[in-house]
Amino acid sequence: MGSLHHREASLGHLKRDPAVAGASRLRRSLLYVPGNMPSMLQNIPIFAADAVIIDLEDAVPLGEKDAARRLVRRFLETYLDRRQEVLVRINPLDTTWGAQDLAEVLPALPDGIRLPKADTPEIVERLDTLLTEHEEALGLEVGRFRVLPSIESALGVINCIDIAATSPRILGLAFGAEDYTASMEIERSKGGEELFNARSRVVWAAKAAGVQAIDSIFADVKDMDGFRRETELVKALGYTGKSLVNPRQIEAVHEVFAPKAEEIEYALAVVDAIQRARQMGTGVISLGGKMVDAPVVKRAMRVLRTAHAQGLVDTAPDEAVLHG
Amino acid sequence: MARNALGRELPATFDGKVVVPYRDPWSVRPTGDRATRALKRVDPGQSKVCQNLQEAIERCGLRDGMTIATHHHLRNGDFLLNHVVRMIDHMGLKDITIASSSVHPVHAELIPLIREGVVGRLECGVNGLIGELCSKGELRCPITVRSHGGRVRSIVTGQVPIDVAFIAAPCCDEYGNMSGALGPSAFGSLGYAHTDAEYARHVIAVTDNLVPFPATPISIGQASVDWVVRMERLGDPKKIVSTTTRVTTDPVGLQIARYATQVIEASGYLRDGFAFQTGSGGTSLAVAENVRNLMRRQKIKGSFGCGGITGYFVDMLEEGLFQALFDVQCFDLNAVESIRRNRNHLEISADTYANPFNSGAVVNKLDVVILGATEVDVDFNVNANTESNGYLLHNTGGHSDTAAGAKLAIIVAPSMRGRLPIVRDAVTTITTPGATVGAVVTERGIAVNDRYPELKAELLRRQAPVKDIRQLQREIQAVTGAPRPLEFEDEVVALIEYRDGTIIDAVRRVRG
Repeated sequence: MGSLHHREASLGHLKRDPAVAGASRLRRSLLYVPGNMPSMLQNIPIFAADAVIIDLEDAVPLGEKDAARRLVRRFLETYLDRRQEVLVRINPLDTTWGAQDLAEVLPALPDGIRLPKADTPEIVERLDTLLTEHEEALGLEVGRFRVLPSIESALGVINCIDIAATSPRILGLAFGAEDYTASMEIERSKGGEELFNARSRVVWAAKAAGVQAIDSIFADVKDMDGFRRETELVKALGYTGKSLVNPRQIEAVHEVFAPKAEEIEYALAVVDAIQRARQMGTGVISLGGKMVDAPVVKRAMRVLRTAHAQGLVDTAPDEAVLHG
Repeated sequence: MARNALGRELPATFDGKVVVPYRDPWSVRPTGDRATRALKRVDPGQSKVCQNLQEAIERCGLRDGMTIATHHHLRNGDFLLNHVVRMIDHMGLKDITIASSSVHPVHAELIPLIREGVVGRLECGVNGLIGELCSKGELRCPITVRSHGGRVRSIVTGQVPIDVAFIAAPCCDEYGNMSGALGPSAFGSLGYAHTDAEYARHVIAVTDNLVPFPATPISIGQASVDWVVRMERLGDPKKIVSTTTRVTTDPVGLQIARYATQVIEASGYLRDGFAFQTGSGGTSLAVAENVRNLMRRQKIKGSFGCGGITGYFVDMLEEGLFQALFDVQCFDLNAVESIRRNRNHLEISADTYANPFNSGAVVNKLDVVILGATEVDVDFNVNANTESNGYLLHNTGGHSDTAAGAKLAIIVAPSMRGRLPIVRDAVTTITTPGATVGAVVTERGIAVNDRYPELKAELLRRQAPVKDIRQLQREIQAVTGAPRPLEFEDEVVALIEYRDGTIIDAVRRVRG
């Protein structure tokens, strides 16, 4: 156990910004990387995705499951200077591989687990229990490993409101359109009209539970215009990020999710108004004659956080503003 | 044994020639006059057209031990050099020196003729198997590798006198007027052949497209040409494309291009009058794509693009982003088509392009050049000649010429190739000295040469991923491990000549 404590101590190397950790962390871009390809794993640090999802599920052929999970563990053990959040997509827990994936990779301290086929709250609770067991065995704080359940079936869409509330580990809900359309026995179209109801329900569930909403992949990496259109659509629906299959898509996602200049100006003015009000010792905050309430502050902080991450403002927002 | 200013051990002599060690990019100032060629007279009515290649060679008086030259505009689609050397063999000649502008993999056909002594040495860089076999000690054929500018300098100074130049002419008339831009084997610019036409003792135009006099437009004129020969086929122009000429879709390549673009932006050179050269590889074209978008957005009008020209540059010319293209070599058929069509797409000689010893080469007017590398080292020296296995597989091209001439030379390369790190303590072979390199860009970060402190400061201000080159090396080696040093014999198989004629490095036989 000593060595594990040592490794946990080495988390000091991880470039974590506590102000943006957890549920409020920026997760605009979540890049899938196959867990069985060393050449692609080694490139993880060079891309500017907010998070990577190292895949042990669909990207890995049956015969390579063992080798891939060992490779991922070795990779994570050497990737200490982490610039992005690292999630591992394990195999479904109703397969023999799911639990084996956890046992192999959790000691290498990923930030969280992306759970495929999260159809019911019970499956997520089962993962929660397993993670707790591992955390205790590893001597880690319970709740350290976060969870991103994938809603990717009709059943999952129906249950997503309950799933989102299953565990405080849940950082968000991810929508998986490819498996969802398969479960519905329909084709996925470029316009995505057939996904509208499911996408809406998933984002409602996420917002209601106070977690993030991550949209599905867009598989055609050559169609950047279609990718942008879809990203703009899901942003308008309330999604906070998107799963990606190719690093080429990162920049476009960040551009779409980038706040507009007027949004940034307004957010800066809101924060300024709060700070001035506090200096003056007044609890009433107004801006241009209008009251600034909590949702406005929360939105302003999100805008500034995103703007800072994209280099649009020089300094990170003072998170203390939120906690007054 | 001597040691040059970069610490490279060189032989005192090589193939009977005294080796002059490299000092720095600017130490050599030429003296004396240019070389010249003998006076001739062609009388009215006298025909230059020979029945066949053998007759033309005989009329030139080619003998054992003499030097011939061809040019490489057809690149890997060239038929002429193989054809010429086979004819020389047929005529029973031996110990011929090849001083072509480059030798490509297609010329591996010459290997048996090198073994038999028909060809005795190469006064030019090589691409492919010939260099590899020389590196392995399996082919006794001394090689002197020169840059494009260095080759011209070696000819015009008389260092390498060419006895017979064979010029592949896609369009030619009976009096020797020729163009590279017309005909079934059209390859565009004849840039590398101009100096040969001007300085070789004898010039033979070889064409598969003999047209009535006068063949216009004229690229190389009749006054330089002694004999004209018809050949069934000069080559396959489709094979002039050496690498991909499309923007890469590889995320690593795109990342490198993004960083290289940041360097260009931070340099301040991207403004009206911008002069730019980049290669034809996918990453270089991705940089060009980014530059094009920036020029459009910021309404910048560049002055010129140069070097090997691709359709990509042609589009930028036609869009008005550049005023002119200086073309020493067309890299694809779109460029060939353009040189016929666009009057601001200008054919230039390799002399005009890159000769360090003339009254001003085009490379001196470049703002930014993007170059590749097989390795770089912590002193920013670049290897573009040998692979990490030590084999001499590549010619220098315009690498060291443009790096010396441009205000900013940016080396783009993936941080590792296979399992080998790109940044080394010392490169296997120095092609281009670090003194002429501004920045090394990999997908893992940008290393800026200390000679460019303002560029480094500006990149840091822009939050670009600037790293000390040793830090970059450490990061890469954390993935790859430190490579085991290659082992070489003492035997020198090739010299790498810097553009000024001094020797910047020697290539030794690989052990084992």
